[in-house]
Amino acid sequence: MGRPMKLAGLTSAAVKPAAAKFAAMVSVAAVLVAATSCSPTPEAAENKTLKIVYQKTDASTALDAVMQEAKKEVEAANSGVTVELQPIQANDDDYGTKLALAQRSADTAPDVFYEDTFKVRSDVDAGYLLKLDSYLANWDDWSHFNDAAKAAGRADDGSIYAVPLGTDTRAIWYNKAVLQKAGIPVPWQPRTWEDILTTARAVKASDPNVIAFNMYAGKGTGEGTVMQGFYELLYGTDSTLYDESAKKWVVGSQGFTDSLAFLKTLYDEKLAVSPAEALDANVWKKVFGEWFPQGKLAATVEGSYTPSFWQKGGAYEWAGYEQDMGVAMFPTRNGQDPGGVSMSGGWTLAVGVKSKNPDLAFQFLSTALNKKNALSYDINNSQIAVRTDVASEAEYLAANPFVKDVSDLVAVTHFRPATADYPRISTAVQVATESVITGKQSPEDAAAEYDATVRKIVGEDRVLEK
Amino acid sequence: MTIRRFLRFLPVVPSILLLLLFLLAPVAWSFYASFTDAALSGKAARDPQWVGADNYVRMFSENSFPLAAWLTVVFVVASAVIGQNVLGLLIALLMTRSRNAVSALVGTAVVAAWVLPEIVAAFAAYAYFNRDGTLNQVVGLLGGQGLDWLYSFPLVAIILANTWRGTAFSMLVYRAALAEVPRDIAEAALMDGARGWQRLAFITLPLIRSSIATNLMLITLQTLAVFTLIWVMTAGGPAGASTTLPVLAYQEAFKFGDIGYGTAVASVLILLGMVFGAVYVRLLREQRP
Repeated sequence: MGRPMKLAGLTSAAVKPAAAKFAAMVSVAAVLVAATSCSPTPEAAENKTLKIVYQKTDASTALDAVMQEAKKEVEAANSGVTVELQPIQANDDDYGTKLALAQRSADTAPDVFYEDTFKVRSDVDAGYLLKLDSYLANWDDWSHFNDAAKAAGRADDGSIYAVPLGTDTRAIWYNKAVLQKAGIPVPWQPRTWEDILTTARAVKASDPNVIAFNMYAGKGTGEGTVMQGFYELLYGTDSTLYDESAKKWVVGSQGFTDSLAFLKTLYDEKLAVSPAEALDANVWKKVFGEWFPQGKLAATVEGSYTPSFWQKGGAYEWAGYEQDMGVAMFPTRNGQDPGGVSMSGGWTLAVGVKSKNPDLAFQFLSTALNKKNALSYDINNSQIAVRTDVASEAEYLAANPFVKDVSDLVAVTHFRPATADYPRISTAVQVATESVITGKQSPEDAAAEYDATVRKIVGEDRVLEK
Repeated sequence: MTIRRFLRFLPVVPSILLLLLFLLAPVAWSFYASFTDAALSGKAARDPQWVGADNYVRMFSENSFPLAAWLTVVFVVASAVIGQNVLGLLIALLMTRSRNAVSALVGTAVVAAWVLPEIVAAFAAYAYFNRDGTLNQVVGLLGGQGLDWLYSFPLVAIILANTWRGTAFSMLVYRAALAEVPRDIAEAALMDGARGWQRLAFITLPLIRSSIATNLMLITLQTLAVFTLIWVMTAGGPAGASTTLPVLAYQEAFKFGDIGYGTAVASVLILLGMVFGAVYVRLLREQRP
């Protein structure tokens, strides 16, 4: 059978490879952009359709509920308008990729979409987001948003391009029973990095089968690695990722190396999960779904949205979580001021530049974020409210016993440098943590490689040696 | 060209056009994009700039590319050229000597892995090599201590998985080739007192040489392109230890949004495929006087 297929085999097998396959994907998208941008589309008189793209995960259905509600309201208010919800089932990383690919073509670009705050500036640069200033000026509710929230959607040109749904903070979540079994008094509040290690070693010594103190690392957990892990360390040293005043990226800092060394200690002493588990993109599901409820994990760094997984209707319902769990502020390295570190992010809604019905699209956005919908989203998804009128609602404050603790962390929180380069820098940090916990590189070598990568990404003139 | 010849040529024109449009155009676009800084987001997404050979220069200044190129070659040589090819030939040789029932049974078992869609085969392999997977359960039953294969030996695991999945193809090719070896030549050799391995080395292998070259070419090109299997089993990790070129290209283009660099890696992959292809085509040609 060898002979007749020789020629056919050469041509098709040579070009069929995955490489060509994805080149084809990209090129089809490019062709579509070119084709649709030059053909004028007649304004549809009626039967307008709004395309809404957002992320849907098994773990969180709060956003889906808000979108369904907004769809009902907008369709009721506008006859002839159809709101087409297109939830994407994916993790944060894949969602970002799929959204960006959809935005490349006018045919697939959504009218309204769910967008991570740290991607706002980058995507504004890419020309994906519509400027919302004139719409916001006529929207009464806008005055209820707090200033930090307004800034979240602001691009380098000073205009607003996205409106946040809520924000979050990060803290240490710990299982009181597990700590008490190891003789640690609760409530527990470590003052320094050393306190964390001391406690973790005590837990490990009392029960070697318990994961003593987990911090995410590696590319598997993506942005979670840096938001619920590395940055809590880095921002608690005297270093930082980015110098806001000089507008330069920091390289060569001792804080960076020390943060990696702390992770190395956790993983080397087997206080955290095994490196193999850490690199599993689904490790967080075990954290929330198995280890905490089963008392196999003493503590981890996680977001203020943590209770949403355990609440009634959450992905991993856990009836006793309010009594069993405690929350502590992540300490600075030596307990220096302000005593703690937190990171904030959050997601926004934005309108696509290519939307054929921008007015309607904004109407959808403002409906989804009105007081009623924002309140239900913030409660069901354990978000920190960004609308002052929602934040003062008794229902919001009573949503779970941790609302006050995690909201107080706003005082010590940091935001990621939301420059267009940020997503790639974040990946470089994730790579550094992965190299260290797998033992591929020492903290010094991994930090040096990070520095080299940063120099390559942003250019020599935008780095600062510290 | 005479009109007659032109008319004879006419029916193939549509297929040539389709080939150009769907096979060559993406490849050409990929080559073009590899000289730009095209990206998924940021300024470069709106207005990609021509950056010349920057992406190619970058490849050799970063550790990830040479490592991925090396892993790709190891993966192809170990799982295709040695694994699938040799195992396929061995099974085919044994099948010609075994009873029909045994041969049918073995054939079905081997082909079963081959007809599975890649994604299904990948999940099956993941379930097998996983920390709590079949392999470790068997090892545990035998009283051994299981290993975290996908973490400790990721490349070995994907090489074994790809060998398992692809051997059927080589086996089928060699079954057909062996069936065409004239019986009387083998018998004549037997009369002359040639031993089993001598007949294999001096009679059978030279006679099926062209099938060997064809088979090597096809499985090499298929293996160069393997993506799903690796992505599902290890996603290229840990720390890049199983990142082959297709995985690297995908990561750069779609995970990190750097389409320019991703397509540059893909272009190198295409070149690598062409080099392998050219070598095999030469092997085939030399055989004929």
